[in-house]
Amino acid sequence: MDKLVFDIAHLLAGSVLLVSFMMLYQNRLSALLNLFALHAVILAFSVAWQAHLQDAPHLYVTAMIALFFKALFIPLALHRIVVRLNIHRQIENVVGVGPTMLLGMGLAALGMLLMVRITPDSDLLGREDLGFALSTVMLGLLLMVARRNAVSQVIGFMSVENGTILAATGAKGMPMVVEISVAFSILIAFIVIGVFLFRIRERFDTVDLQALDQFRGEQG
Amino acid sequence: MIIDLLTQGVEMILVLAIAPLLTGFVRKVKARLLRRQGPSVWQPYRDLLRLARKEVVLAENASWLFRTAPYLIFAATWVAAALVPTFASGLMFSWAADLIAIIALLGSARFFLALAGMEVGTAFGGIGSSREAMIASVAEPAILMMVFTVALIAGSSQLSTVARFMATAEAGLRVSTGLALFALIIVALAENARIPVDNPATHLELTMVHEAMVLEYSGRHLAVIELAASLKLLLYLSLIGCIFIPWGMAASGGGITGYLIGSLLYLAKLGVLGLGLALFESAIAKMRVFRVPQFVGAALMLGLLGTLLLFF
Repeated sequence: MDKLVFDIAHLLAGSVLLVSFMMLYQNRLSALLNLFALHAVILAFSVAWQAHLQDAPHLYVTAMIALFFKALFIPLALHRIVVRLNIHRQIENVVGVGPTMLLGMGLAALGMLLMVRITPDSDLLGREDLGFALSTVMLGLLLMVARRNAVSQVIGFMSVENGTILAATGAKGMPMVVEISVAFSILIAFIVIGVFLFRIRERFDTVDLQALDQFRGEQG
Repeated sequence: MIIDLLTQGVEMILVLAIAPLLTGFVRKVKARLLRRQGPSVWQPYRDLLRLARKEVVLAENASWLFRTAPYLIFAATWVAAALVPTFASGLMFSWAADLIAIIALLGSARFFLALAGMEVGTAFGGIGSSREAMIASVAEPAILMMVFTVALIAGSSQLSTVARFMATAEAGLRVSTGLALFALIIVALAENARIPVDNPATHLELTMVHEAMVLEYSGRHLAVIELAASLKLLLYLSLIGCIFIPWGMAASGGGITGYLIGSLLYLAKLGVLGLGLALFESAIAKMRVFRVPQFVGAALMLGLLGTLLLFF
């Protein structure tokens, strides 16, 4: 029975990684937003399960934050932004889906290898959970690199944050203060990014961030 | 010995008998989900009977291959279906070959189907065959990776052993098992020409794959091919059932009651999986042909990841 409890924790952490892969694969914007919401929901379940496992009630708060902010509020707001920017039907990749997925596989393998190597004395499941979290972080970074659209880069950024939460809850004993401040900084970042999206759009008539590469500052 | 042979015979007859029913059931559920009445679940049997009575119309340039291919395809699929534990594990034939052999049998069936598609030299058949080969070139490595994952977990590629191991508590809930399940589902959708990859309900669409290859067939040849296609769907659902939900399967020599309970549970599993398939197909739109390799490629990645995770 005890084994099953740990297996479920492990499975939930693995599912977060799986959804990260699905986000890499999905190249339509509104479906990507739904997947991000799913990512956050599974993260919330995983954190709640860890709270139950470690008997740490403050982790339930973390789970609630993940559920309400990241699974409901942010995706809904992003959906509205995407519809208002009229880009809900398009997405541009810098690299194709196939190479991106291959890169993602490589990063996941790297994350697992690294984590299993540098933590030889803790138990295998905990190490693998840390490996999943690190892989999730790296897949989020990859998502930011592989997409040119500002909204999908925001999603990549948020999924990096989900990965760090996953790592922190698995590792036992993240202070509540850190968790709350991270959640609020994410919220602030979201608001700032939201404002910037409209500013970028206003100035360049697009949210394709390649337009920024040619920008040489205000003339005159 | 005689009893073993008899049980195996019953199993082979059973899969053959209920394969069209499964197809009919999935069609019925899909029709009901679209708020149509839909044909009765027995319609595939009537179709098969009607086709079997009809005359075969052969193209003038059709060779012996075109005439023998349907039987070869059917035989390979039926043998593969006999090797999968359905209501009981450890039946007589299941020790003769393992999961890799089943995949090889299905692969040879596909090879003959693709050949038959190109045989008469129509444009549609050629397109269908080339697309089938394109999908298969990704789907086969994907299912092999899935097999490796499962075999590494269970310590054997023998399906009866795998089914028994998966039913024990030792198998547990593993991430690799979940990844293998996803990979197998994606491959099953692609191999059975189900909706995101191919549309099983149409004959006249430029993007069709399976129907394009069998367009030239008629009469009893078509009946045999349709039956083989139903059998293949049943086989994949049984495969998912026996690897990932093996509970309640009778052991060999389990006695009549054990077999009966196993059969009822097997039918229930098929019903649930068929329902899931119909729901999924109704909820999703068909993909562009050029996105299919990405979709099936995702299964390959999942299988690869599942295998990779087992090495830590």
